[in-house]
Amino acid sequence: MAELTTYRESVAEGIAREMRRDPAVVCLGEDIGAAGGVFKTTVGLYEEFGPVRIRDTPISEQAIVGAAMGAAMTGLRPVAEIMFSDFLACCWDHVANEIPKVRYMTGGQVTVPLVIRTANGGGLGFGAQHSQAVENWAFAVPGLKVVAPATPSDVVGLMAAAIRSDDPVVFFEHKGLFASKGPPAPPEHLVPLGQAACLRTGTDVTLVALAATVPTALAAAERLTAEGVSAEVLDLRCLVPLDMRAVLESVARTSRLVVVEENPYQGGWGGTVASIVADEGFELLDAPIRRVAAACVPLPFADRLEDAVLPTVDTVAGAVRALAAY
Amino acid sequence: MGATVTRARTTRGEPAAPGGAPEMVQLLTPDGKRIDSARDPYGTEYTVDFTDQEYHKLYHDMVVIRRLDAEAEALQRQGELGIWASLRGQEAAQVGSGHALRPQDMAFPTYREHGVLYCRGIDPIMPLGLFRGVDQGGWDPSKFKFHMYTIVIGAQTLHATGYAMGVAKDGKVGGDDGEAVIAYFGDGATSQGDVNEAFVWSSVYHAPIVFFCQNNQYAISEPIERQTRVPLHQRANGFGFPGIRVDGNDVLASYAVTKAALDQARRGQGPTMIEAYTYRMGAHTTSDDPTRYRLAGEVEQWQAKDPILRLRTFLAEQQIAGDDFFQQTDAEAKAASQELRERVLALPDPQPVQLFDHVYPTGSAELDQQRAQFSAYLESFEGGAH
Ligand SMILES: Cc1ncc(C[n+]2csc(CCOP(=O)(O)OP(=O)(O)O)c2C)c(N)n1
Ligand SMILES: [Mg+2]
Repeated sequence: MAELTTYRESVAEGIAREMRRDPAVVCLGEDIGAAGGVFKTTVGLYEEFGPVRIRDTPISEQAIVGAAMGAAMTGLRPVAEIMFSDFLACCWDHVANEIPKVRYMTGGQVTVPLVIRTANGGGLGFGAQHSQAVENWAFAVPGLKVVAPATPSDVVGLMAAAIRSDDPVVFFEHKGLFASKGPPAPPEHLVPLGQAACLRTGTDVTLVALAATVPTALAAAERLTAEGVSAEVLDLRCLVPLDMRAVLESVARTSRLVVVEENPYQGGWGGTVASIVADEGFELLDAPIRRVAAACVPLPFADRLEDAVLPTVDTVAGAVRALAAY
Repeated sequence: MGATVTRARTTRGEPAAPGGAPEMVQLLTPDGKRIDSARDPYGTEYTVDFTDQEYHKLYHDMVVIRRLDAEAEALQRQGELGIWASLRGQEAAQVGSGHALRPQDMAFPTYREHGVLYCRGIDPIMPLGLFRGVDQGGWDPSKFKFHMYTIVIGAQTLHATGYAMGVAKDGKVGGDDGEAVIAYFGDGATSQGDVNEAFVWSSVYHAPIVFFCQNNQYAISEPIERQTRVPLHQRANGFGFPGIRVDGNDVLASYAVTKAALDQARRGQGPTMIEAYTYRMGAHTTSDDPTRYRLAGEVEQWQAKDPILRLRTFLAEQQIAGDDFFQQTDAEAKAASQELRERVLALPDPQPVQLFDHVYPTGSAELDQQRAQFSAYLESFEGGAH
């Protein structure tokens, strides 16, 4: 078996593959050059592609994504980094009002094929302004595609699809997964946007997860096996496009659904998943749908408190057990 | 429109690179020589007239804060703090400006202003509680006139602007006892829209504010050339208020220039920008490795401009302080850092249920329910195997 690689290295690998393939791909962001990114997710790119294609920018998120849009209009495929996804808030006009609307408002004449990559999520004790899981922010804006990989090879495969996409994509890299390892992506690896992955088959309950909640759901499924509960685990990989067919097919097999989200319950993407299943798959269900999400509070600095806010193997397993009564 | 207009283009501004000798207000040279007075480009004359005790205090505070900072960094290395942003090299800019503040003045810091925090009389353990992850860093900003550490780059300059507008609206500017506001930020922050918007607003509203930019030459790995082609202080002119560069490693000049600017603001004469020209001697934070992007020789050059050493040389040469004083100060700094360490290690862990506190000022039914469920969940483990 090939050696394992990290999620972190896979980010640079995914970008590098596309940059070799397509000279129109350029990167811009803070500290992405010689420093290799504050999360070391762009290590080696500056050395291979040089300062014209890998640009360290002034510290301005607005300019990073605003200029990425303009550059995309010239035919480039910019990959813009926002260091922490929390700072998407610093450039929200461009992310919410400009980039996703330009195709629509020009009647399809202007496309801006760009990717906004960003380190997302909690679990590392970074506090309220550096830890949020904000896929929902982008999920609420028509015109954006939303990607959030959970494994190293998916990082590469989805990065390829995101960069090749003519629509703007917000690509969430989970900070808590950077050190995680998995098999490296095969050559030419491409994972089309909007295809969920079934990581474990089961018969009693479907666990739907995204990014860092995928390993949590897998661990909960493992624990439940010992209790005689067979859980299926679906990794959505993308929120837009959302692979509801995979979810409905799985629920058809298991008749129970638990959605595991890192973001606060209120306003979470799991609400959309649950409502679609309620609308289109009501008769497939033998039990109410459960959502395991974070508490509706800002994330605390304290590890101990942060652990209590976020979904855990315990809380997921507990939610599944509570459904056994139905 | 057929006419051709040609215009001389400057391709590059003054190199803002470290190592150059930029024009700036200085009252104490790197080798500890006092300059009687210095003038800024607007003709304002600066000097200081400190008593021996006041000199001792400035020296003492710089030494103590450097030592506390080193202790915090060590605690992080030993796994006792999550992260630490060291102020090493910037003690003069912070202690000088910090002492220039009057009790009524309000300061808006970044995450690196441990020296200013100390000058404001805040217990130095406060930010360590935050970075140890046992509380949210909860000093009372209105009691100490020192806002929370702001980590999202540049945001506090707008908060400071609005605060200054509030101070003016309350009629607290005009006289010598008026209130002024100071906003701290870095060289990197000057590229943010927020900071430029703060400049526009403060200028238009003639707000009683001082923009104190510590140009420590880096924004994480990015050198100052990534942010600007003109010396930063010159930007202020375009916004309609004066910008002054001061030697940020000179505590006397940092004090004098800040004091004058604050006095201007409190008298109702509008904003000033100060660029304190200094150097970040350490890493950006404990998560950073500066050897990836800068040369050791550059750090050594700045070592020769050390802010503490030059004051010590001056005090010794002028016999304002002797060995006894220096030894005693070192001993006090050491004791303070030991005490800090002991107290940090003794900080109690927070109670999990605290995480629901202060989300909404008057609570919320939904959160109350979540808190109740969570408490019940915790109680279910009481005495259990978990
Ligand atoms: C809006 C925003 N973007 C990016 C960051 C990440 N970041 C933290 S510190 C920093 C550099 C700031 O440099 P400077 O303003 O010069 O201050 P210094 O750290 O040198 O004191 C950056 C980019 C952030 N905290 N906030
Ligand atoms: Mg700086």
